[in-house]
Parts: sequence; C-alpha cells; structure tokens
Amino acid sequence: MDKRLERILPRVQKPARYTGGEYNQILKDKTKVDLRVAFCFPDTYEIGMSNLGMSILYHTMNSLDYVWCERVFAPWGDMYEEMRKAGLPLYALESGDSLDKFDALAFSVGYEMAYTTVLDMINQAGLPLKSAERTELLPLVFAGGSAAVNAEPMADFIDLFVIGEGEEMNNELLALLRTAKRENWSKRDFLRKAAQIGGVYVPSLYDIAYNDDGTVAAITARDGAPEKVTKRIVVDLDSSPYPTNPVVPSTEVVHDRVNLELFRGCVRGCRFCQAGYIYRPIRAKKPETLVRQGIEALKNTGHEDVTLLSLSTSDYRPLPGLCDGLLDYCESRSIGLSLPSLRADNFSMEIMEKLQKVRKSGLTFAVEGGSQRLRDAINKNVTEEDLLHTCAIAFAGGWNTVKLYYMLGLPTETDEDIVGIADMAGRILHCWRENAKNKNRGVKITVSTSCFIPKPHSPFQWEPQITREEYLRRVNLLRSSINSRNVVYNWHDADTSVVEAVLSRGDRRLGPVLEEVWKNGGRLEAWGDYFRFERWMEAMDKFGLSVPFYAERERGVDEVLPWDMIDVGVRKAHLVREREKCYASELSPDCRHQCMACGALRLMEGGKCDG
Amino acid sequence: MDKLRLRFEKTGRAVWISHLDLMHTMQRAFSRAGYALKYSEGFNPHPQISIALPLSVGMASVCEIMDFRLNGDAGLGELPARLTKVMPEGIRVTDCYEQVNKVALLKYLEITGEFEYDERDPSHMAAALERFYAQDAVVIEKKTKRGQGQSDIRPAIKEISFAPGEGLVRLHAVISAQEPTLNPALLADALRQLAPELYPDYARFTRIENYLENMEIFR
Repeated sequence: MDKRLERILPRVQKPARYTGGEYNQILKDKTKVDLRVAFCFPDTYEIGMSNLGMSILYHTMNSLDYVWCERVFAPWGDMYEEMRKAGLPLYALESGDSLDKFDALAFSVGYEMAYTTVLDMINQAGLPLKSAERTELLPLVFAGGSAAVNAEPMADFIDLFVIGEGEEMNNELLALLRTAKRENWSKRDFLRKAAQIGGVYVPSLYDIAYNDDGTVAAITARDGAPEKVTKRIVVDLDSSPYPTNPVVPSTEVVHDRVNLELFRGCVRGCRFCQAGYIYRPIRAKKPETLVRQGIEALKNTGHEDVTLLSLSTSDYRPLPGLCDGLLDYCESRSIGLSLPSLRADNFSMEIMEKLQKVRKSGLTFAVEGGSQRLRDAINKNVTEEDLLHTCAIAFAGGWNTVKLYYMLGLPTETDEDIVGIADMAGRILHCWRENAKNKNRGVKITVSTSCFIPKPHSPFQWEPQITREEYLRRVNLLRSSINSRNVVYNWHDADTSVVEAVLSRGDRRLGPVLEEVWKNGGRLEAWGDYFRFERWMEAMDKFGLSVPFYAERERGVDEVLPWDMIDVGVRKAHLVREREKCYASELSPDCRHQCMACGALRLMEGGKCDG
Repeated sequence: MDKLRLRFEKTGRAVWISHLDLMHTMQRAFSRAGYALKYSEGFNPHPQISIALPLSVGMASVCEIMDFRLNGDAGLGELPARLTKVMPEGIRVTDCYEQVNKVALLKYLEITGEFEYDERDPSHMAAALERFYAQDAVVIEKKTKRGQGQSDIRPAIKEISFAPGEGLVRLHAVISAQEPTLNPALLADALRQLAPELYPDYARFTRIENYLENMEIFR
C-alpha cells in the first residue's frame, strides 16, 4: 500500500471504502494485459457499489483477457482533503495505481448532478479537463449511463459517449482501442472510427449552430459520423452476462444485497418518466434464469438479502413463480426477498402474503398526482380505488406505515389537484381506521413531494418547469391542507431540481458553467452536504445563460432539441402524440393491452417486445 | 457444534475493516463456505459469533480469536482452508478448535510495532525509546468516558524493547490485554505527550500472540 495512503487512512471516516481488497475483486497481471481501464463512478463507494450496471460492466469488460478493468470511486470530502494535502492522486482500488497508468477512463453517469464530480475525477487523474486539450489517444475518456441520452453539457470534456446498454458496445470499443494503441493511431483517427460503432457518440464530430434566440438551429455530423446515434440494447437478456460472483464490499454500502434484474423497459408509459421511454423495448428474463442466477449469487456472496429490480415489478408476468422459486431457497436460510416498485393497481394479496413470510417492510406508493384527472393526464394508471383497496388489505395484514410520493409542477396541475393530495392521505387514514387489526400500534402516513423535472426523450421534454417560487407556493398550499397528526409531509427543496432541469435539457454552452462550478469547489453535488445553489447561479450569470431559458421555457415542437442527434428508439411523433393526450386528460393503454407503436421495436432485429 | 474457536490473521488491506464490518464479513464468509452459523432465537435472530478483544482499525494481527457455533457437524480440520478461500484479501484463517480457555483469562498480548521517522535518524532512537520506557511511571492524559483523565500506562507494559531498522525502529512488547487494557497506539501517543522528540511520524502495530497470566499461549 502507498505510504501516503496508509498515513491518511487512520484520519478518515470508513477507511475500508478506500482500500479495495474485497472478496471477488478481479486481479490481473498488469504486464500481461494490453489495456488498463479505470471504471470511474462519480459518486461515493457506497453508492457505486450498489449499482447493478457498474457490477455488470465491470465483469463484461474484465471478460476480455487483454483488459484489466478496475474500480474508482469519488472520495468523500475528508478523504479528498487529505489526498490533496498528501499529494496523493486518485487511484484504482484493485491495484492501487494512480490513473495516469491507465489507457482509458470509463465513467458511469446516471444523473446530471454527478457532472462536476466527473470533471473533478478527470482533474484528479492529472488530465486536462477538455477533450480537445488531451491531444494524445491515451488515456481515452469515455462515458455512458442514463445521463448520456443528453450528453451535451459534458460534450467538451468527454471524448466519446456510449449510448444505451454497454454489455456488448463497451467491448467493441475496447477492441478498437486495443488496435489503435498497438498501431499508434492518432486520437482523431480513433474517434472517427469509433463513431462507426453502433451507439457511439463522438461530440467533437458534430457541429452545433445556434439561432439568435439561443435555440439550436442545426446539428451537423462530420467525418462520416452518423446523423443519428442509435441507442444500443442487448436483445436477449437470458444469455447476456450477469455476474453471479460480484465484488462483496467489506464495509456497509447502500444496497448490500443480490440484485436480480427482471426486465428492462416498462410497459406503462407514464408521460413524466424518462426511464419508461429510454429503456424500451421491453425485454424480460426467464424466471428459471433468475432463480438460477439468484441462488448462485447468494451462494457466491453470502448476502442475506435479494432484491428484484425493474421499473415496475408487478408487470413481470411470471412474478408469482419467480417468488416461489426464490423463497424455496431463501426461507430456510433466513434470506430476505424484497420487491420494490410494486404497483398499487395489481399488487396481489398472494404476493404480499409470500413476502410476509420472510420480512415485513413499509408500503411505498408513487402516486405522483393528487387527482384522477391529473393522473390520467400524466398517464399514471393508478386509481384511488385500487390504492385504497391495496391499503385495506395491507392494513388488515398488519402493515402500518405508508409512504406516498407525489410531484408538484406536473403539466396541467391545478391547486385543486394539490389539495387532492391531502384529501387522499385523509382517506387512507380513514381506511386504516376501518381495517387495521391492531389500532394500538398507530399508523404513519408520509406524503413526500418533489419538484417535477421535464426530461429529454419523454413526452414532457418540451414542457416548462415551474419556478422555485411557484413550487414553494404549492408546497405551502399542501402544508396548510394537511391537518392530521398521523400524516407527515416532507418536501424536497426545489434548488437541486432547478439545476437538474437546466442540465438535463441543456446544450453545449453549459460546458463552461460546469467547469466554473467545479473550479469553485463543486463536486459530489448530489449530496446536500456539498450542493450550493448560488454557485450554479453565479456561474450561469458569468456566462450569460439563464435558468428560464433552459428550465422554464416551453419549447416549440418543431424546435431543434440539443439532444436530437440521439435516437433512443421511441419516435418523436409518439412523444408528441402522448403530450397531446396529456392536455386532453386522455389515457394511453399500457403496452400489454395495446401496442402504441412507439418505435422502440426497431432496435431489436428479429426480437420480440415483451409489451 | 458449540463452543468453537477460530484463529485468524487480519493483515494487509484488511486492517482497515472495522470490527462491525468484520463481523458481517465473517458471517458472509461462513455462508459462502457452506457453513451454517447458529443463530440466536428471538425476534431478530443474529448469528452467534463473538470476536475477543476487538482490534482497532488500522492495526494488524496474526492471532485474532473468534468464538462461534455451527448448526450440524463440520470437519474442523478442513474448515480453516475452506474459509480462507472465500475471505477478502488479508484475512486468513489459521486454526479452528474447540474452545479451551475462557476469553476472560486472556491476560497478555505480544505485539510488534514499527515507528517510522521521516527526517530523524532512527539509529539513535531505539536506545532513547528504551530509556523512555525504562521509567517507573509513564503518566499520560487519556480521553475517558468522563472527559480527560490521567493514567499511568507503565504497569500495563510487561516487556518492551526497541531495535533500529531501515528508516524505522522496531518495537517488541508484551502488554496487558485486559484489566487493564492497553491500546498499543498509546505507546506512540505517550511519546507525543511526554517526549515529542521521540514521537514517530507514523506507527503501525501487529498483534502476534495471546497469553494467559502464566504466559502460556491462550487456546
């Protein structure tokens, strides 16, 4: 171990997250590989080690015998300061080597608030921030993850983005990089060739022209780069690699458990939900595969919990059979099985009873809107009747905590809808009084609201976000409408939402803003401990950019959007249609009832959408 | 099987795993190796494992002791190798046997240490350190549950010697493990308080062996 590191560790919180050496880490002989990849997660170890995508791609990249892929996480503030004082550069956990020893830095970027941390990690690696200033081919700095569906604010800093699912694409890219390294290609030549790999977006090969009003006039691809970069997907998840021997952290992380992914995509089409659109088409794993992989992973890790992951667990058709298969193994071994993302509308008594055998946790519902009209407008197919019915069963079964999540500021929302949230909480309380088996234990109903953020590639991508002031007015309206002691109201600050709204639908001109925020100390800004709203506003001012332009302006349907070069599969015409239906408070059926021809199927050659 | 005892090493990168995380790591390692730890009865069952004399974070040991119970029988001979195979780097199980001595009888710890001096010449330090610890009393300020307190650590040191090495001074000592417990880190901290010229730039310690009152090895 590096002596500088050894001397720092006694002074920082939870040092085990900075040492590596965990069970199942992948060690290789660095003299026998052609490429060393630093897989960088722009957040803490505890968050990154809970991320299934990170775990899958760590294994797929390491499945190439000529690649050694190691993990790098962002140090928490105390460690960051100590490293700076000691002159210790950022290093990878497996080898402890600093990032200047690597051929590629691969970033997994799941959300916009991680952007400044990406910049910080590039800097901690001792590299110039801007892609154009890193003139050598190596190290290549690339990024993927769900934030890459509009990567424009990061365009100056990242050599190339991988759009969509990385299992196959990353390895194709690394194969090309290996050749380029061996044959001494220039960075320019490499990037041009890389742009020919499906799903690879090289920002420097696209020219952006702007109108006088600041909107994008045109996007022009150069040097043979595709006009549209089409998202990559894995067609058959059953045969796709799933690591049943993931790294087992030696210290507590956020989700310390086996994660089983049921399916990708979502049949629901909630109009506010970016994830519901960008992960289409729907591809499910067979329950046999999941049971086998789940048991194998439990054996290999020794975890005491297993979780079923998907955007909407209740929509997994063979769910009861899968639960039976897993419970067979789990129950006798005191292993907990948890199912997040259940829907209130088809939450079955059967499944609930099964789970009850092992562990009982609170009920959480994402209701999103306070009235049926609003829920219809956003295509959130939850009726109050279903919700109350589910709660009645749950209360009778002994549950006594319910969490309800809503968004304020959704398109078409009125004050009546907001008061409706309080009314609904009241009716759930009444439902508890009528159904609870043991009233002495009391009930706790928690209402949480956050500020709606319009996201690219969703039907609401043209919608304005409400202002901070308006959000606060709506929060206060809801606060004054809730008057029961059993109902607790939590609201998220709108500050982060404003910055997120600017970045998620931003363009390349935000690059200098990101750099400025980072220069002024911005990093790990997904954490309230480190986020500073004023720092963002000052940087926006400095470069003459405004929040209203990016966040609060309704965009024209014929406007060129900064992310129009990215094709996630779903056609724009479908998004336009869904948005129009919102204004008519008209529902769209879920994909299982009727295919709406969203367009995502064309990503699957010969495949079948499970919608 | 009841009243089993594990002896294991915790060195290298594993020294940074905290006591609580180590308990969890052990639990998972048993499960990976296919052993079923016996759980406590009750509302919130937990595996019945206990580690004698929790080690401070950052300190190494080649003589850690953990008591546990298993459901069913297991070949104790093969258990160390099977467990070691599924351990994080730096944890190695060296022995497994039925408990002989009660943990309360563990009286002394043999430790080694390395005091690193970056700017000062360590060759002169060893003798000075021995002189320092030859004093009849070494009274230091210690944080206690009730704030600051004074404590003489000298009676808790049964043997201590220093020898010069490359860029450092090696320490060898036998110290009281329980009643009173002496944290080896205090051997360096005493210098910070009383003889700053001898205080090392960095000190690391390793537990070597556990002893009974009569200096027989604790089993």
